[in-house]
Amino acid sequence: MAKEKPKQATKSNDSDINLKGTFISVMLVGIFILVLWFGSYALFLSR
Amino acid sequence: MHLHKFEKIWLVFGMASLVLFLLIIGFAAFWKGTHPQSHIETIDPQNVEAHEAFKPENLGLREVADGKYTVNIVASAFNYDFGTDADGKAVKKIRVPKGSTVLFQITTKDVVHGFQVAGTNVNMMVEPGHVSRLETVMKNTGEFTVVCNEYCGVGHHQMFATVEVYE
Amino acid sequence: MMLKNYNFPKKDARLYMSFMYVTFASLLVGGLMGLLQTLSRSGEFQLPFGINYYTILTVHGVILGLVLTTFFIVGFQFALMGKTVGLSDKQRKWAWIAFWTMLVGTIMAAVTILIGEANVLYTFYAPLRAHPAFYIGLALVIVGSWIAVFTNFRQLYVWKKANPGQKSPLLAFMVVINMAMWFIASLGVAISVLVLFIPWSLGYAATINVLLSRTLFWYFGHPLVYFWLLPAYMAWYAIIPKIIGGKLFSDSLARMAFILLLLFSIPVGFHHQLTEPGIDPTWKFIQVVLTFMVVIPSLMTAFSIFATFETTGRRLGHKGLFGWFKNLPWGDVRFFAPFVGMVAFIPGGAGGIVNASHQMNSLIHNTIWVTGHFHLTIATTVILTYFGIAYWLVPHLTGRRLTPRLNKLGIIQTIIWTVGMTIMSTSMHIQGLLGGPRRSDFSNYAGGEQVQTWISYQLAQAVGGTILFIGILLMIYIFIQLAFFAPKGVQEFPIAEEEVDAEPTPKILENWYLWIGITIALILFAYTIPMIDIIKHSPPGSLPFDWPIGRS
Ligand code: HEM
Ligand SMILES: [Cu+2]
Ligand SMILES: [Cu+2]
Repeated sequence: MAKEKPKQATKSNDSDINLKGTFISVMLVGIFILVLWFGSYALFLSR
Repeated sequence: MHLHKFEKIWLVFGMASLVLFLLIIGFAAFWKGTHPQSHIETIDPQNVEAHEAFKPENLGLREVADGKYTVNIVASAFNYDFGTDADGKAVKKIRVPKGSTVLFQITTKDVVHGFQVAGTNVNMMVEPGHVSRLETVMKNTGEFTVVCNEYCGVGHHQMFATVEVYE
Repeated sequence: MMLKNYNFPKKDARLYMSFMYVTFASLLVGGLMGLLQTLSRSGEFQLPFGINYYTILTVHGVILGLVLTTFFIVGFQFALMGKTVGLSDKQRKWAWIAFWTMLVGTIMAAVTILIGEANVLYTFYAPLRAHPAFYIGLALVIVGSWIAVFTNFRQLYVWKKANPGQKSPLLAFMVVINMAMWFIASLGVAISVLVLFIPWSLGYAATINVLLSRTLFWYFGHPLVYFWLLPAYMAWYAIIPKIIGGKLFSDSLARMAFILLLLFSIPVGFHHQLTEPGIDPTWKFIQVVLTFMVVIPSLMTAFSIFATFETTGRRLGHKGLFGWFKNLPWGDVRFFAPFVGMVAFIPGGAGGIVNASHQMNSLIHNTIWVTGHFHLTIATTVILTYFGIAYWLVPHLTGRRLTPRLNKLGIIQTIIWTVGMTIMSTSMHIQGLLGGPRRSDFSNYAGGEQVQTWISYQLAQAVGGTILFIGILLMIYIFIQLAFFAPKGVQEFPIAEEEVDAEPTPKILENWYLWIGITIALILFAYTIPMIDIIKHSPPGSLPFDWPIGRS
């Protein structure tokens, strides 16, 4: 949406800041959502 | 606005999961017809007997074809009227064989009620002026408690019945 | 941002504290009811003095779901506005008018409930009819909150005039989003109460359109839960980073998330009406799709929060994949309580996706699973974040300090809440999947194995409920200490700052006409046709019913 800013303006949001831990954490959340949803759907289908 | 590479991956993953869920339930709903109960038929709540299904003699369980049943019920605070048995006693329990297709039709004479055959997917709101209707296959055997699961007054928790599915 | 470490002028602090007194008084009363509910449902105890279960359940739902939340939110948001954009004398006067209107309404509704004239639960579904004073009281609470809404709008407007060309402070922007959402949503319930319920309860209208009243209620009911949640998100985005010694992760993304929440919180009410007759299933499904859209800003929030923790931790020099996590300030209750709230939102939010999944809703609709679900979302995520705010806001307002001892008690409080809620909420979820109904006093029903299993989970809920009530007593003790007895001092009002070199926030994010316009367009899209259907195909109206709720 925003126009890209010259280099120094984006340092803090740069893709090279290390967010590996964050990525792993959110993916675990995502997997939890998938497991709960498919588990519930299986229960729904079995009834 | 600048998104971190990982945030992009995460959002794509998350949104794809949501789309997947929607495709599954959308397919089931629109192709297989497993919408939640949404019967659009109105009725005069003060005169439910005028409707064929809710005449006193038509209440309760009826086998309409081989393996196909209809159950007509009138709810009122704090009772489900399943009609009467041969001795003129109020029916509180119905029995159907496993694998049978059962159509539940229910309406209310007074306030809002719920109708859930606990442990099955039969779960509907029952509202004055409307007929609630859901057809289902009874897949599993057992004794299932029918509960009113929408608050209808101080006797709400005394409103129940039983559905038995036998082998 | 200026003035952060200076206390408010006395006049302002008194205003904000008034909202906090009502909040914590509500917590005590409502919590006691919660305890009695779980004890009664265990089947081991009977309510004393012939008190009806549904009277206390109505008190619990109204006092905690409507009163505690609204008072805390309005008070907290006034404090945020006061800190970031200022409060004039005239605005303070209006804020007091809002407070007293809400309080009078609350007292009216509460008295009506307590004398047994309004056993209708907090959703007051027609055609059960409570005493008119109950509806009038609720209407006053809403009108009072509207006064707060327009005062907040005015506060930002005045600031904007004085600071032309500047972007509004993030927290003020968030408050205005939440209040805009609240106003648009509460129009639904206001119409329902003023046009449908009050004339009908007074006998001027003979009948009521039940489905219409429910649809208006749930048009309001879903944004209501977001109205509770957004102040928690404000703290997560803009306050917690400061507490852990970091900076805002991204001002633009935070604003974007709030805008998406505004857009998609309202046109989704049908997901509470999925099993109702009389609504076209295609429109139900359309609102299910919109409901799934509102998950997206929460996915963004999850990322932002973890990223704030990680960037802060790495900047402080913590190494390894999860070193930043280990070194979060676990001993600081201003962080720890909201953190537990965040964790609870993982199962809470995931459960919400299950609930909203169209036909799958019949798995859990009106079972005690739902109660388990919102005791995770509101009674843990939201409430623990509110507590986390109160630990610094209350002493900031009273000119006292959160002492190490009170901080430690806060940590203990959080742990007690976590344990109690894990027991209560988990057993509610399981019992719900087994079909156990919500909003129900103890009952043996027809007996049998299924019912016996339910009762065993209800016993577990009584254990969890008792632990939770101990947590409430401890919280009340901490509140009283912070309000009256803690040593004098200066408690910081933590507001996170942007990185010095942060990317500028796009102007379009503050284009109110655009966002409110889209919000209204989405509402019209989701509701116009089904609303016309509901009105055109309405059955004969419903007469009022008094006797089922024990009124004569
Ligand atoms: C001591 C702590 C608490 C306990 C033991 C407790 C217990 C309960 C129980 C057992 C129910 C369901 C009863 C039923 O469906 O029959 C319930 C309902 C409810 N609770 Fe709580 N609760 C507590 C705290 C809270 C908090 C902090 C909030 C919100 C801020 C809250 C909001 C609600 C709401 C809105 C309902 C729904 C009422 C209704 O269905 O009409 N509870 N609570
Ligand atoms: Cu009931
Ligand atoms: Cu909702």
